[in-house]
Amino acid sequence: MARLGLLINYRYCTGCHSCEVACQMEQGLPIGQFGIKIAEIGPWKIGEDRWQYSYVPIPTEQCNLCGKRVAQGKLPACVHHCQAAVMRYGKVDELAKEIGDKRQMALFTP
Amino acid sequence: MSNDTPLQKKLPWRWTEGDLTVTRSNAWSGPGCHEGCGVLLYTDSAGTLVKVEGDPENPFNQGRLCVRCLALPEVTYHPDRLLFPQKRAGERGEDKWERISWEEAYDTIVEKFNGYKEEFGAESVVFCQGTGRDVTWANGRLCYGFGSPNSSDFQSGMACYLPRLASLYATTGNFLVADCSQYFPARYDDPRWTPSECIVVWGCNPIISNADGFFGHWVVDCMQRGSKLIVVDPRLTWLAAKADIWLQIRPGTDAAMALAWLDVIIREGLYDEDFVEKWTLGFDRLAERVAEYPVAEMAKVTWVPQEKIEAAARMFAKSKPAAVQWGLAIDMTKESLPAGQAVTALWTVTGNVDIPGGMITTFLPYGADIWGGDWGYSHLPKETKDRRIGLDKYPLLRWGLPLAQADEIVEAMLTDDPYPIKAVWLQASNALACMGADPEKLLKAFRRMEFVVTIDIFKTPTAVACADILLPALTFPEKDGLRAVWYHIGNINKAIEPVGEGKSDATVAIELGHRFNPDSVPWTGAVEYFDSVLEGTEMTFEEMREAGGVLYPDYEYKKYEKALERADGEIGFNTPSGRIELCSSAYERSGLDPLPYFEEPTESPLSTPDLYKEYPIVLTSGARTWGSFHSEHRQIPILRAMRPEPLVEVHPETCERYGVADGDWIWIENHRGRVKRKVHATQIIDPRVINADHGWWYPEQEAAEPSLYGMWDVNFNKLIPWDPGRSGFGANYKSLLCKIYKVADGEGA
Repeated sequence: MARLGLLINYRYCTGCHSCEVACQMEQGLPIGQFGIKIAEIGPWKIGEDRWQYSYVPIPTEQCNLCGKRVAQGKLPACVHHCQAAVMRYGKVDELAKEIGDKRQMALFTP
Repeated sequence: MSNDTPLQKKLPWRWTEGDLTVTRSNAWSGPGCHEGCGVLLYTDSAGTLVKVEGDPENPFNQGRLCVRCLALPEVTYHPDRLLFPQKRAGERGEDKWERISWEEAYDTIVEKFNGYKEEFGAESVVFCQGTGRDVTWANGRLCYGFGSPNSSDFQSGMACYLPRLASLYATTGNFLVADCSQYFPARYDDPRWTPSECIVVWGCNPIISNADGFFGHWVVDCMQRGSKLIVVDPRLTWLAAKADIWLQIRPGTDAAMALAWLDVIIREGLYDEDFVEKWTLGFDRLAERVAEYPVAEMAKVTWVPQEKIEAAARMFAKSKPAAVQWGLAIDMTKESLPAGQAVTALWTVTGNVDIPGGMITTFLPYGADIWGGDWGYSHLPKETKDRRIGLDKYPLLRWGLPLAQADEIVEAMLTDDPYPIKAVWLQASNALACMGADPEKLLKAFRRMEFVVTIDIFKTPTAVACADILLPALTFPEKDGLRAVWYHIGNINKAIEPVGEGKSDATVAIELGHRFNPDSVPWTGAVEYFDSVLEGTEMTFEEMREAGGVLYPDYEYKKYEKALERADGEIGFNTPSGRIELCSSAYERSGLDPLPYFEEPTESPLSTPDLYKEYPIVLTSGARTWGSFHSEHRQIPILRAMRPEPLVEVHPETCERYGVADGDWIWIENHRGRVKRKVHATQIIDPRVINADHGWWYPEQEAAEPSLYGMWDVNFNKLIPWDPGRSGFGANYKSLLCKIYKVADGEGA
């Protein structure tokens, strides 16, 4: 069976937390536990008018890629609700091809 | 081109998925939110709301959803929800209540209000609201149906959105928004639309605030489609960090910045001569005025280097189409109308009006009287209208929105001048802890009232301090309603039975309206009212939801060329001259300066240098956080966990100068008072400025006075005066002075 994963274009992740809360609600996770968690990197200055200020959502041990949802023809809860529309779900080899020469892409295989 | 809306697709509004029932709806308050995103409400066999998802078929949010709707079941089923009407059983400020029936509540309200009407006139009862959305019409209908001309909010200068609305209606005859394809059901794929070459995000952080029906992440969508970005903000927001140009403006100097851009654009001939010639009025006078604000001088005023201002002005003016997504910072300057007028001139003189990817004019969808409308105001007798509070002092109110002026209402409540105010109907508003300036003054004003009714989904500090009757409202899954602002209209579909005995604001407006004045509400119930306001769709409420529940009117660009803009069907804009009035006749006839200008914040390093010595830090506030809507959601566990305490952003250099550290509790103090905040040391703010959270209270703390849910120690409004701009609109909520120091041992956290 093809491996499945999440491709995240974190250049445009705004850190809105919708992935985190959608997952907590889907799985009924308690406060403080996450199936996907946002890492904040920055802000710090890296040059004149240039800043490091990024967010990267990282799936945890508790991510099950929403197998039940996917079986119903839906997207994983995080991908569905991502406000910046920067998350993609699919087969890892196909997602890897989508990366191409794009910068700031992360492919997770939870 | 046909609009591929859910309506055309004939999507069901209710279906089952396994054990769950799904109800398609639109998310409008309560809890508070401006957006009205499409949602899917999942209920189990017991009729319990178990999950909320974004509706992928809804073009507005396209399945996306913010944390506040995702967490909605925690709001709807929160143990603190108000579940039945109550009347006060002790003194105001005590948290003692007695459960009553709706009948008793209505009877008491009608008896009291009618008593004041008889003795002091209907104008002695004021109807105020917060920033709920489908609450707006209900408040207006109740007010005008009762016969009072005094509908407003308890915010100095009504300094939230209303100044921008007033400014745009006065000078352009309509409202304009940045075009992110939101009028087209096919959205970014619609061939009529093109992305802005440049978007200016001015005085807001739309990805968090989602204000005014503008889904903030549309800006990110456009960035991903190639739009350049300029951000005008005192803080390095995420958008500012990603912007091509970030102008770190001194709070309260937005008008100076806009005038400086105009100086560059006009001097360098970067404006659209053809558009200016054909469609605007007063360009020469604007140019003369702008020359009084040279960019070199404004650089000193705004604390932004001249070359950066010039670069931004040129990038904006040389981009076409270009758009401005502006925010509350414009409203929350005291002279907010001229500030809004200056920003409006930017997109006007560059010819970005009503073109794809520019600034598009917008109407209420199908003319539905929901978020905006007349609501019976025009049926009030002239002598009643003339008694609207604030008209004498602020003549502009005669020609625009029929609002009573908020600062003048508070004065009247305190002084009986121009006439006594006896009672307040307060709807979806936690005025003491959230929108009201100087809460001690506001509380005094409330204490002089003989009778106060509040209606809300939770008990607030304002209700505990002021209310005599407390009515329970509903969250949106518990009610039918309409989402109707700007681009589309949609059904709010009831998915669950109300948790308690609460009623929707709509139902209360009809039921209480019948008791006030049956002629004012000739509808048997809320749904019949919705049917009537849906007249323009040629559908009933029921038919609309059966057909999919989201309806988009056809959209045309350049309506001013096609005789689709003016009320009289002529070509041009809906102003007296038919042009966009860069020099405003509406302001002139209201005794106001017809041209944009900048005025220093009342208290600032430049306007009050002596005060600045004592209070040497510029203080701003109001930045939104993901998990709360103003003072709402503080009791929702999953959302509170994102922001457990009220923070203040302080630059590390400033921390060092004043001997405070990240995580310390400090006092923020000015000559009006002091409030506590916890320090978040961060480089996102200028070392000369700090930014404090607003709208804080602790629902878990003691409700009764003196605590009022711990509000007094953390109520930012203690630092803000009631002090509106010359037009009656705008106030300096975001530009104050302060000093900071550590909270001493024994003063608590």
